[in-house]
Amino acid sequence: MTTTTANGKGLKKFFRSISIPPVYYFLIAIFFGGGLLDLFYAGGQIFGNPAIMLNILVRSVALGIVAVGQTMVIVGGSIDLSVVYVISLTSVMSSYVMQGEASNVPKAILLVFLMGAGVGLVNGLIITKLKVNSFITTLGTSLIISGIINSTFSNWEGSVPRSFEFFGYATVGPIPFSVIILFLMIFAGWFVLSRTKFGAHLYGVGGNEEVARLSGLRTDRVLIIAHVICSLTAVLTGLFIVSRLRAGAPWVGPDGYYDLESIATTVVGGTLLAGGKGGVWGTLAGVLIFSILDTTFNQLGVNPYLSIVFRGLIIVLAVASYTIRSKKEAA
Amino acid sequence: MSEEEKQKMMNERKPLMEVRNITKRFPGVVALDDVLVKFYPGEVHAVVGENGAGKSTLMKIMAGAYIPDKGRMLLEDEEVSFSHPVQAQEKGISIIYQEFNLLPERSVAQNIFLGREPTFLGMIDNRKIRQMARKVLADIGVEGTIPTSKLVGNLSVAEQQQVEIAKAISLDAKILIMDEPTAALTINEVKMLDELIKRLKERGIAIIFISHRLGEVFQISDTITVLKDGKLVGTVKTNEVTSEDVVSMMVGRILDHYFPPLGVPEDFGEVILSVRNASNDFLKNINFDLKKGEVLGIAGLQGSGRTEMAQAVFGVVPFKTGSVTLDGKNQTIKSPSKAIKKQMGFVTEDRRSEGLCPQQPIRDNILLTVRSIQTMLTPISKNGIRRSPDLVPRLGEEVDIRTDSYDREVQFLSGGNQQKVILSKWLASEADVFIFDEPTRGIDVQAKASIHDMIRDLTKQGRAVLMISSELPEIIGMSDRILVMRDGKITGELPPESSELDIMLLATGHNGDNGSNDSKGKGEK
Amino acid sequence: MTTSAVTEKNSFMKILSNVWEFIKKIPPVFPIFIVLFVIVSFLSPTYSTATGIMAFLRRTAPLGILAIGQMIVLATGGFDLSMGSVVALVCLVSSLLLANDEANTYPTIGLMLILGAGIGLFNGFVVTFLKVPSFIATLGTMLAVRGIALYWVGGAPKGYFTDNFRMWGRGYIENVPLVGRFPIGLIVLIVVGLISWFAFHKTNYGKQILAIGDNVRAAKLSGVKVRIVRMSAFVVSAVLAVIGGVMIGGYGGVNVSIGEGLEMDSIAAAVVGGVVLGGGKGSVIPVIFGAYSLEILFSMLNLLGLPKPYKDSIQGLIIIGAVAYVALSQRKKR
Repeated sequence: MTTTTANGKGLKKFFRSISIPPVYYFLIAIFFGGGLLDLFYAGGQIFGNPAIMLNILVRSVALGIVAVGQTMVIVGGSIDLSVVYVISLTSVMSSYVMQGEASNVPKAILLVFLMGAGVGLVNGLIITKLKVNSFITTLGTSLIISGIINSTFSNWEGSVPRSFEFFGYATVGPIPFSVIILFLMIFAGWFVLSRTKFGAHLYGVGGNEEVARLSGLRTDRVLIIAHVICSLTAVLTGLFIVSRLRAGAPWVGPDGYYDLESIATTVVGGTLLAGGKGGVWGTLAGVLIFSILDTTFNQLGVNPYLSIVFRGLIIVLAVASYTIRSKKEAA
Repeated sequence: MSEEEKQKMMNERKPLMEVRNITKRFPGVVALDDVLVKFYPGEVHAVVGENGAGKSTLMKIMAGAYIPDKGRMLLEDEEVSFSHPVQAQEKGISIIYQEFNLLPERSVAQNIFLGREPTFLGMIDNRKIRQMARKVLADIGVEGTIPTSKLVGNLSVAEQQQVEIAKAISLDAKILIMDEPTAALTINEVKMLDELIKRLKERGIAIIFISHRLGEVFQISDTITVLKDGKLVGTVKTNEVTSEDVVSMMVGRILDHYFPPLGVPEDFGEVILSVRNASNDFLKNINFDLKKGEVLGIAGLQGSGRTEMAQAVFGVVPFKTGSVTLDGKNQTIKSPSKAIKKQMGFVTEDRRSEGLCPQQPIRDNILLTVRSIQTMLTPISKNGIRRSPDLVPRLGEEVDIRTDSYDREVQFLSGGNQQKVILSKWLASEADVFIFDEPTRGIDVQAKASIHDMIRDLTKQGRAVLMISSELPEIIGMSDRILVMRDGKITGELPPESSELDIMLLATGHNGDNGSNDSKGKGEK
Repeated sequence: MTTSAVTEKNSFMKILSNVWEFIKKIPPVFPIFIVLFVIVSFLSPTYSTATGIMAFLRRTAPLGILAIGQMIVLATGGFDLSMGSVVALVCLVSSLLLANDEANTYPTIGLMLILGAGIGLFNGFVVTFLKVPSFIATLGTMLAVRGIALYWVGGAPKGYFTDNFRMWGRGYIENVPLVGRFPIGLIVLIVVGLISWFAFHKTNYGKQILAIGDNVRAAKLSGVKVRIVRMSAFVVSAVLAVIGGVMIGGYGGVNVSIGEGLEMDSIAAAVVGGVVLGGGKGSVIPVIFGAYSLEILFSMLNLLGLPKPYKDSIQGLIIIGAVAYVALSQRKKR
């Protein structure tokens, strides 16, 4: 506890208390690796180009926002495969309601958030009250929603008015608005997980549900709220995407593989798939790693498929580096 | 104050908690029978007894983890009953189990105040929670040694225990129950714990602990309650008895059945298993021989290393140094698969987690070992293997498995029947050396007798048996020789038909030691 | 006489109760399938013709094979999310390697099988030795394999499948008595099914797989060689994915997104067929019928005039329902 001494002492303590997730070493390695490749093959044009660097951040926004929600759910020991179609549904629903009219925007936004909350609630209830495995539950709801989407919409739907395009395109000075939102979300996610009672309880439920229960925590409620939050982040991602595309379409979610990618970036970031450990800063690093890989390969003209291969291998390697020392058998 | 006045005060003080006529039954066994104990504030009260005497059950009832079948509990003269541990906690009763209820990936402060985090404007006040944690740790006198932001998983066992105690104090515990608190501590850590307990005592907290280490019991407790076979033998003041008295209270009973006759020297063949100077992280310098045709009983209290020794011989947690010789040939057994191939069998103690595949039918569980050493694609037959096609029904009858069909999933069987299935699995493997770990735990008297007969039959066939048991009558009734273990070492060998007293004295360390170990180890479950 | 009348009645009751016991034991997937099949035959008379049935079975055979492979991994308590990508690898790369020359067919298939085994070994290694949860390991492989496949063919399928390649998925044996045309794919399924059934239910192998999935510690202590068995499960699922892939390519041709979602389909089919996620339970024939039930449901929805997307919704509801049902029935038994 710091007695009121100079600010210096407080700052020092603050910095000592920050523990850097190991994934950041990966990130730095990837960054430098990319830089080296750039130097050799492109004369430093990639990493030296601020527009491209910025683009790395922008292409992290969509995945990054929903990954925050997925991280929370995974910390609680659960999983959410339905985010893909929540994103799709958000894009078509919002675009359809907006119909290009600025006056419809608030209504559209409200509707999609309500929808997201509803989906999260259903997921949470099925998992906690009907005790159905979270993988199956969210797989099921994702299929249900996809069916609803595809049967109602088959093509581009509606349109987004100019006024809403700011989400996808506006900049605040040199920094895109969307990137600011991404960092706000990361910060919010970090805040909720590490500074609120809910976050502390979520870690408890994910770490050992029995211990949590013995301490009087309301394990069901905590999980349900986590799922609602996750779906809401999916909605936010959907709004971002629709703002960029200027219209919604049913294939928006599946095209981005948001379910598997949000899970992958979360575990690469150091969050345990079984729950109880991890956080959003690690996830951010995971998202950035993927974005850097994609951008670098893209710019260097490397076959995009190789970057997918790389991505798959990185996922395995990163998680293996965490699990290799464990004594328990994996399944 | 004069002695008289002190005595008067003692006689007039009121118990903080009282349990009366507590009875608790589990399928096949009466764990507690009409037990009455009083617990006073500021008193350190030890509960001792053999394995299975009912100590844990009593503590769990008091902590709200079990509901008694009969009896009442009074807390400060008010009747209480708990259907969930949280309720007991709210009333000031905290229990610390041997496997701590902590979250390893969370910090000390976070663990202590899980569910009761202090908030400031809606967010967790991290400064305050650390402050509060430090205060609680200081309260119990361990300030400064444990950083409150350290992850619990990175703490030593002793430190984790201190966190658990801090947690209990922060819950305003009036009664602190500890199950085998010193099982995993070094001598110094035990000293520190003793001092901590003294400090808690001065605050008027009633401390109840289960222990097998009579040395410690005599060092820090004020009162000792002895349980035997679920019944109360007596509650005595520590300074009025000797440890021999206590041990005598713990043992001695009427035999409830007769054991098959012990072997005679002519029955014993050559040495089939020989262990020399073998050690690993938990065991020290294990030396023994096992002859064909004999039953070697392994006695000792919980945490003495018996199961660890069995696991070492069987290759589950192998020996690191020393030698194991089977049938004259030196062997390194680093896996159960190898052990089975070398004709050994291990009937484990913890049936649910180690012995059975719950969703598989009885027959498949029974045949698992014999099938495992065949080549992978060997066709199977329902009831046995090629050379004994009716293995399953034959063994099922031998051990008396009560079921309507061998297709039943074992998870639906009673505990006793499950044990029998495990037994059959190993009998099927026709090993030369059998290790039994608590072979008749939880089994009714009749079945016990048939299992004992079976074990003796095995030896008559020329096989050798290593039998770990916490039931002294079983050790005495079945063993041709008795090894006693304590703290990972073999403390002595006793001749057949030794008395329970002799065994317990060796098991509790009555050769000068005060009961704590000087290297860390995990307690036996 | 009265005694014989009584004993007659008793034996009658005994027969009834035996029948009821038998009925109770039938896996739920069979009545589900029968009911669906009957409905579909009403909706479309072709389904009750031999030709119609054979066409259906031809179409469905690949999923059945994939479901079996998935079941083996699920029974050990794991997941194989890479199966769809293995199918993609097979179809895309074969389209290239065949080079429209029939002579290349069997070497190509042989190569695919070897690649599949390699992928399975990799999956198994990562899970068994690096201790990565199979969900993550096969997620990584899923991406990597698809990436390799697309890279290899330069982003698009490169040729047509040769006739002797396609016959595995598309071909028929003509002039079969009673049914007329018998799909070759169905023969493959039957062969694979028989071998799997034998290996899983009638040899040690299956029992050891179930033991690992049920209680790996007990299995280990009973002498099961956990590592070998677990690794082999992933090899089996990958090889079966290769076989399924050849048939899928042969049946419907190939496109860039081939195989996507197949792993989820195979998991769904297995679950409907009674497999418990988490391991310890599995049975070959119900799983095959789980695949059939899924496919017939889609057909039914098509016939009802419902557009394809509803298939996904219904599939979702069924999956949740099936799992909840299984969970409930387990609880009741206690």
